[in-house]
Amino acid sequence: MVEPATDTKSAVRTVALLKDELDIVIPTIRNLDFLEMWRPFFEPYHLIIVQDGDPTKTIKVPDGFDYELYNRNDINKILGPKASCISFKDSACRCFGYMVSKKKYIFTIDDDCFVAKDPSGKAINALEQHIKNLLCPSTPFFFNTLYDPFREGADFVRGYPFSLREGVPTAVSHGLWLNIPDYDAPTQLVKPLERNTRYVDAVMTIPKGTLFPMCGMNLAFHRELIGPAMYFGLMGDGQPIGRYDDMWAGWCIKVICDHLGLGVKTGLPYIYHSKASNPFVNLRKEYKGIFWQEEIIPFFQAVSLPKDCTTVQKCYIELAKMVKDKLGKIDPYFDKLADAMVTWIDAWDELNPTGAANKGKKA
Amino acid sequence: MRTQPPSLLSLAVDASVLHLSHFSDLSPLPDHILLDLFLKRTLRAGKLNEKILKLFLATGKEEVLSLIQTLNIQHILTPVLPTKSPKMSVVNNIEDGEIDIVIGALHSDLRPFMSAWKSIFSRYHLIIVKDPDLKDDLQITEGLSFKIDIYTKSHIDKVVGSSTSIAFSGYSCKYFGFLVSRKKYIVSIDDDCVPAKDADSILIDPVAQHLRNLATPATPFFFNTLYDPYRNGADFVRGLRCTNTSTEPEKRNSRYVDAVMTVPARVMMPISGINIAFNREVVGPALCPALRLTVEGKVRWETMEDIWSGMCVKVVCDHLGLGVKSGLPYVWRNDRGDAIESLKKEWEGVKLMEEVVPWFQSMVLSRTATTAEDCVAEMAKRVKEQLGGSDPGFGRAAEAMMDWVELWKKVGSGPSPV
Repeated sequence: MVEPATDTKSAVRTVALLKDELDIVIPTIRNLDFLEMWRPFFEPYHLIIVQDGDPTKTIKVPDGFDYELYNRNDINKILGPKASCISFKDSACRCFGYMVSKKKYIFTIDDDCFVAKDPSGKAINALEQHIKNLLCPSTPFFFNTLYDPFREGADFVRGYPFSLREGVPTAVSHGLWLNIPDYDAPTQLVKPLERNTRYVDAVMTIPKGTLFPMCGMNLAFHRELIGPAMYFGLMGDGQPIGRYDDMWAGWCIKVICDHLGLGVKTGLPYIYHSKASNPFVNLRKEYKGIFWQEEIIPFFQAVSLPKDCTTVQKCYIELAKMVKDKLGKIDPYFDKLADAMVTWIDAWDELNPTGAANKGKKA
Repeated sequence: MRTQPPSLLSLAVDASVLHLSHFSDLSPLPDHILLDLFLKRTLRAGKLNEKILKLFLATGKEEVLSLIQTLNIQHILTPVLPTKSPKMSVVNNIEDGEIDIVIGALHSDLRPFMSAWKSIFSRYHLIIVKDPDLKDDLQITEGLSFKIDIYTKSHIDKVVGSSTSIAFSGYSCKYFGFLVSRKKYIVSIDDDCVPAKDADSILIDPVAQHLRNLATPATPFFFNTLYDPYRNGADFVRGLRCTNTSTEPEKRNSRYVDAVMTVPARVMMPISGINIAFNREVVGPALCPALRLTVEGKVRWETMEDIWSGMCVKVVCDHLGLGVKSGLPYVWRNDRGDAIESLKKEWEGVKLMEEVVPWFQSMVLSRTATTAEDCVAEMAKRVKEQLGGSDPGFGRAAEAMMDWVELWKKVGSGPSPV
């Protein structure tokens, strides 16, 4: 039986790493009560709250947090016609937060995610682990069988070429979830009672050329290295598909990271995911995605970006062209999506005028 | 407008269509009524499902069966494979008699080893291959109920002869065991390892875990972030100090990572021969004792044979669409050897690795290679042509690989050569 950490007030407050260089982006449509549990770990950081749904509703942020909050009206005001690329009634709207942030790193978490406990019972500071993951290199070119060689207590195994041991900069840190696992609707329906109780004490780099299902619930990334590719697509209200926002972003960032020689890690940290959404509602949202996925994934697996795409934006625009070209025939939705991808880059560049931030520069 | 009121029979058949799911047996029905029920009522009303189809099939009536065949009505296949995995004590599909445990003996006194592994190995057949360079006789505990076959230099010489370039000395001796085994699965563990213990101090059975890994599918085409979806409790899903070994000689691996995962297709990895299991029938020939360092030694730091063999097997598996898993089980490995001394020998291996990794990564085998033997033969040719020039070690490896394929064809199957 896995349980969340209930009393984090006594959690050891370590030095808040990168507190002026990292923003925490939280999409919400309900409330932010969960922040109370995270207070010892999040309080030193700046929050960007993206309020989805009804903009007239007031979302109360617990006292003591430094934050900026954007609702739909704010998004429309700031982006004008470009606001069409930001989803409504779907947590995909969080990517607006990535766009308006001025920091180097982003950590994003869902409002139904709580502090987990490690096997020794200690409350896990997920943010700290993400930061460690991002600050240490990745190793995408050769699989290390003892996983992340930069962690304490591990290293490169025999046979690992020394020329590959320096690693590459880490662009994304993908965390996992205890309790309610991130299953799709059909799996949820078949196994409604399954809980993830296994704490796998590992971080690893996802090898180059391999795609993975990226979950947005517990995710951190280097905004300067990969930010523009973290568009979470067109989902939710008025769209034929939902719950594929993070998946879409995951496929895009992975092909771009592979192309630019950046690393993506997965594994620790764990958070405690408490709410299982309604599997029938999920099925309705995901339905088309489940079929489209079968064609989308081979598409991404076959993507080869041209050499002259040397920045994230260039890669992304090229990818948008390919989406329109190859996926447009599956459904007109992909035409719209490809256009939205371009709109997103325009909006990103407008809000983040070229500085060092936007060149695919190594950290 | 109906010209005739419905007959009692027709009303009865219509009513029965509505209640079809409650019937357990349709065979008492006269043939013509059965046909009518099936064709005109059930099919037309769209009420055919698996259960009802089975009901009609069970009648055994020829006309119904031929109708089903003509209309090409088929059972719905389950598109989603069940991922519920078997309990730890029951390994689906694999029986004890299908397994050989192969141990390469580099130490003559195997009594501590046997005693440590007794409870785990005793139900299986063991093949112990004595390192041909080992002078002393093997000491094995008497009276244990093991089924063991021991092979020594004389067996190796008899089967392999002297006309081969393959050297079976040192850690490579166990490949002889792989060659002469006639079982479907092989588990091989180095003779300086003992079972690890879990958090409750219970011995971990690596054989059972290996067999579970081998019995459940692998997922090489996409990375599952919850690792092996076929493990119990998992399924498919929707720094700081960044240091390096030579600076920390005291480091021991104390982290137990409770995961098994498939290493994705086209991703290369260093496969260690210390604790390994494989499906001999499918990839046996691909694990070959080919790359030897010029001063290959008797400790793992001084060998590269398993790393090379592992990369060959990974390329073969990727080509044939087979999976390679990494992770559990752990075994406990004791300290052996002197790192600095070994480094003097190992540097050669380190240098060789720099060249071979990119080379293996770019390897694409031809479509005509459909078996492991074909693949290895093709790879051997390429090693000779493309790597042979840069280091004589590669040229020798290529020859060894070719000899291995020949050897495997000759004595890898059929009656045991020993």
